[in-house]
Amino acid sequence: MPMASATRTNRVNRNPAPGRTPETPGPGRRPSKAAALWRSSVGKKAVMAVSGLVMLAYLVAHMLGNLKVFFGPDDLNGYAHWLRTIGEPVLHHGWFLWLARPVLLAAVVAHGVAAYQLSRRDLKARPQQYAHRRRQSTYATRTMRWGGVILGLFIVWHILDLTTLTVNPLAEEGHPYQNIVASFSTWYGGGIYCLAMLALGLHVRHGFWSAAQTLGVNNPRRDRALKLAANGLALLLTAGFLSVPVAVMAGLVR
Amino acid sequence: MNLTLRIWRQQGPDTPGEMTVYQVSGISEDMSFLEMLDTLNEELILRGERPVAFDHDCREGICGACGMVINGQAHGPERTTTCQLHMRHFNDGDTIDVEPWRAGAFPVVRDLVVDRSALDRIIGSGGYITAPTGSAPEAHATAVPKEAADLAFEHAECIGCGACVAACPNGSAMLFTAAKVVHLNVLPQGAPERASRVRNMVGAMDAEGFGGCTNTGECATACPKGIPLTGIARLNREFLRS
Amino acid sequence: MNHDDANAGEAPMSYLDYTVGAPVADTRAPAGPIEQRWDQRRFEAKLVNPANRRKHTVIVVGTGLAGGAAGATLAEQGYHVVQFCFQDSPRRAHSIAAQGGINAAKNYRNDGDSIRRLFYDTVKGGDFRARESNVHRLAQVSVEIIDQCVAQGVPFAREYGGLLDTRSFGGVQVSRTFYARGQTGQQLLLGAYQALSRQIAAGNVELHARTEMLDLIVIDGRARGIVARNLVTGEIRTHLADAVVLATGGYGNVFYLSTNAKNSNATAIWRAHRRGAYFANPCFTQIHPTCIPRSGDHQSKLTLMSESLRNDGRIWVPKAKGDTRPPGQIPEDERDYYLERIYPAFGNLVPRDIASRAAKVVCDEGRGVGPGGQGVYLDFADAIARLGRDAVEAKYGNLFEMYERITAEDPYRVPMRIYPAIHYTMGGLWVDYDLQTTIPGLFAIGEANFSDHGANRLGASALMQGLADGYFVLPPTLNDYLGRTPLPPVPDDHPQLAEVEAEVTDRLHLILAVDGDRTPDSFHRELGELLWDNCGMARDEAGLRRALARIPALREEFWRRIKVPGTGAEFNQALEKANRLVDYFELAELMCLDALHRGESCGGHFRTESATPDGEAARRDEEFSYAAAWEYTGDAPVLHKEELVFEHVHPTQRSYA
Repeated sequence: MPMASATRTNRVNRNPAPGRTPETPGPGRRPSKAAALWRSSVGKKAVMAVSGLVMLAYLVAHMLGNLKVFFGPDDLNGYAHWLRTIGEPVLHHGWFLWLARPVLLAAVVAHGVAAYQLSRRDLKARPQQYAHRRRQSTYATRTMRWGGVILGLFIVWHILDLTTLTVNPLAEEGHPYQNIVASFSTWYGGGIYCLAMLALGLHVRHGFWSAAQTLGVNNPRRDRALKLAANGLALLLTAGFLSVPVAVMAGLVR
Repeated sequence: MNLTLRIWRQQGPDTPGEMTVYQVSGISEDMSFLEMLDTLNEELILRGERPVAFDHDCREGICGACGMVINGQAHGPERTTTCQLHMRHFNDGDTIDVEPWRAGAFPVVRDLVVDRSALDRIIGSGGYITAPTGSAPEAHATAVPKEAADLAFEHAECIGCGACVAACPNGSAMLFTAAKVVHLNVLPQGAPERASRVRNMVGAMDAEGFGGCTNTGECATACPKGIPLTGIARLNREFLRS
Repeated sequence: MNHDDANAGEAPMSYLDYTVGAPVADTRAPAGPIEQRWDQRRFEAKLVNPANRRKHTVIVVGTGLAGGAAGATLAEQGYHVVQFCFQDSPRRAHSIAAQGGINAAKNYRNDGDSIRRLFYDTVKGGDFRARESNVHRLAQVSVEIIDQCVAQGVPFAREYGGLLDTRSFGGVQVSRTFYARGQTGQQLLLGAYQALSRQIAAGNVELHARTEMLDLIVIDGRARGIVARNLVTGEIRTHLADAVVLATGGYGNVFYLSTNAKNSNATAIWRAHRRGAYFANPCFTQIHPTCIPRSGDHQSKLTLMSESLRNDGRIWVPKAKGDTRPPGQIPEDERDYYLERIYPAFGNLVPRDIASRAAKVVCDEGRGVGPGGQGVYLDFADAIARLGRDAVEAKYGNLFEMYERITAEDPYRVPMRIYPAIHYTMGGLWVDYDLQTTIPGLFAIGEANFSDHGANRLGASALMQGLADGYFVLPPTLNDYLGRTPLPPVPDDHPQLAEVEAEVTDRLHLILAVDGDRTPDSFHRELGELLWDNCGMARDEAGLRRALARIPALREEFWRRIKVPGTGAEFNQALEKANRLVDYFELAELMCLDALHRGESCGGHFRTESATPDGEAARRDEEFSYAAAWEYTGDAPVLHKEELVFEHVHPTQRSYA
């Protein structure tokens, strides 16, 4: 590693690059590996991929937990309570969740900040659009940015609705099942949730494969399998998450 | 056939441009797209108007000089270079929009001509194997597994036309950079500079103002040489392990 | 010197009144055994102290195989290189389009190849019109080229064991051609380009892309710089140096239709010729038999397909003149497989020039097929029946695809149509063993010189020569020149600089001022047709005299009727074309004169008057065993002959009957 970075600074030194001078860091302040990673477009993208996968893993667990709703209030409420007991007696009651939350928060923030910075760079790199527009990428691909924004806003709503219960119509602490039913019974509660889950499906559909690509695990042999896995995962998550509000609105869960 | 062309005309990098409408007639379907533009230019010259400027050279699809966005697609509707696109892929009476490559890193020089020297600077930052003339060992000193040689060749086919950048909604040069990184990094000769090569080339790419990759795949769809999108995955892997 | 060619009123000079001057000879190749000459030359060469190299500026014009390799190598050695290309990037040079491969006497196949055999084949292939010393060195250096390119990462084809694959090419008996699918030129060029890019990034090479050399600066008898036009801004500027290297390729585009890139041109070498560099064997041009025929008057260039197609395809035309039936409806007994008929021993595999000439003969008889009757069939029906479609596809799939993309005809079902096209020019600036022209300090490398291929070039040898010159031959000889020559700095206000700049500028202004009614392309097409008809693969005295009379008239018309809109101070591609045409007119005239004076059939050229009783080409060694080096005078040129001595390969007449 040190060898290689010496070569690099050397070259930069000797390179008076006619025209534009690359804004690569000079020899004096050799950046740490993490900083270098964050500074490059490829590294930042890797941060997005890893944080995205962390959130994705959480979502899978979250979705499976949600399905408890179909076994009645006791099952779901019991499950919610159990979550707070994970790690006992080593961990104090509720600590597990408080350990998980900063990780998730960090993932959301890293994902969002990287996305914001990369998007700004991307928009600057294509200042003028074509008069004749014709895109060939998929809908999921094209909606990543706005889909991401929608999901970000939804997370805020979702926490206010079912974690802090600030906007929940029932807001009974310790009774998640009843809170869920109450929220999804309103047109806006169910509506916002359903919309967000559709956005999530699209986001995961492109995001999962894209993460594989970004982390360099894709290759010609795996490409098809990864795309299939992305579609499957997106479908599973969306269906799983949607099943709850749909069931509530259809009166199957009350 | 008779066609209506709407062509981007722009005097220079700092002057505003616009789509200008031209009618051409008597176009043969055996003409290449550039020969069709030649025909228009012959008329313009005789009328005393400035002919449409466009880059072109070999006209057999290998030099990478030509390139324009035709009806919103880099190099037009066929998967080939503009010089190898023939008019039989259009219909009599069509209106065809012709625009230059659009990217922040490709300023317009004139009309359909853009400055792609940023791609050369990416190569200069590390897209080579340091082997000064005379220093080479006997060619058979190192055997190269056929799979590695084939993979290298597949990526070495890049002609540097810039269609990938033009097609990318982010004006990213990832496919271009990946093509060279993969070509050189999979060969044993390229191994000693493997890490510095990918770091420097990605650094140069960012510094030139190209956008990042959002894996839209538009680049590989537009690439006349079929450089695979998975090359970008390989570039990412090389970068992360460096 | 006469620089008034732009003056429309002047009476055209007659090239026919040429005179024969003193013979010219190479004085640089050391005496002694041919195998040791290059070693000896390098040993005798003066070296430049590495610390002093940075103080020397070398101009390299062109970034193809020869120029790219030379620029990179000189910069690696420590020289300050200033390099020019008219394209937007050094990677676009037309070397990139070479398909077949590159020869090297590696003898990896143990099939009896050797440096001596490659040397022998090249001299013989050039029909005994090349200089033995140079050709032998080329064969020696060929071995190093492959090593160099492999080290650079050129992805040559490999066998399963990981070793390099070779194939036999162009009818030779040994398998010495290294290749990278059908894109060998591209891969070799990118290797040189990458090495050059490394030097550009390191600040050792100053690259001027989109900049075209328009004249040469000669001061006190030495080449000291060039005048070049920035094609984007139109700015005309002088660039000074201690030596100038021209690596600007061939002049095949004088024919308008050729397999060359559209912008390849002769201006750099022609302006050097006008400044005193002799031009050798201008009429030696190579015609490639298997190109896709033109589809109409709009045709802007011709596309070559690999000659390997002739291994399995059968060439024929209808027996009857003007037979316009589709090929499938012409019964077997009404087809003339003329190559198989005339040359039963070699059939469809006769050498390039014979296949080309025969095609032109049958088309001139009115038996050609396709648009304008300018084509012959190359039929794979038998091969498909014999080998199966899959086998044919495996061998030629990519070529068939290319053909179908261009013509919209499916060669699996309908025979291909082919026609010969101008492909390569063996002639070029005369150079000695050091690759120095007759102007001290001016070097010419690659296709731009006349050096190694005589009257005909073997397949897969152009890439070899370009890289040999650029990587291995020029650097030591240039070293010698710089080490030996006192080169006082040229003051910026030297009157010669202003004078040449003014000449260049005036010429552009004159072109713009005509404001006539014909486009540059229309003149170029007409000139090209004239040359193709009269100075192509078969020539006779009457035709050449006709062309020699017509060219001055056409040039005169150019100066009355050319139309170029816009100004010189901007990106102006029409002006670039017109300016190149001015040089093509003069070059075309010299080509015709050279062809006229060489009253023999030789190499790729058939002189109708010089045939054996059975109609084959007859070379006339007693009279023409020399390279014709022409000196520009502004009036009738002067011919300097370089006698060719064959100590190692004894001239024989070839026979394919």
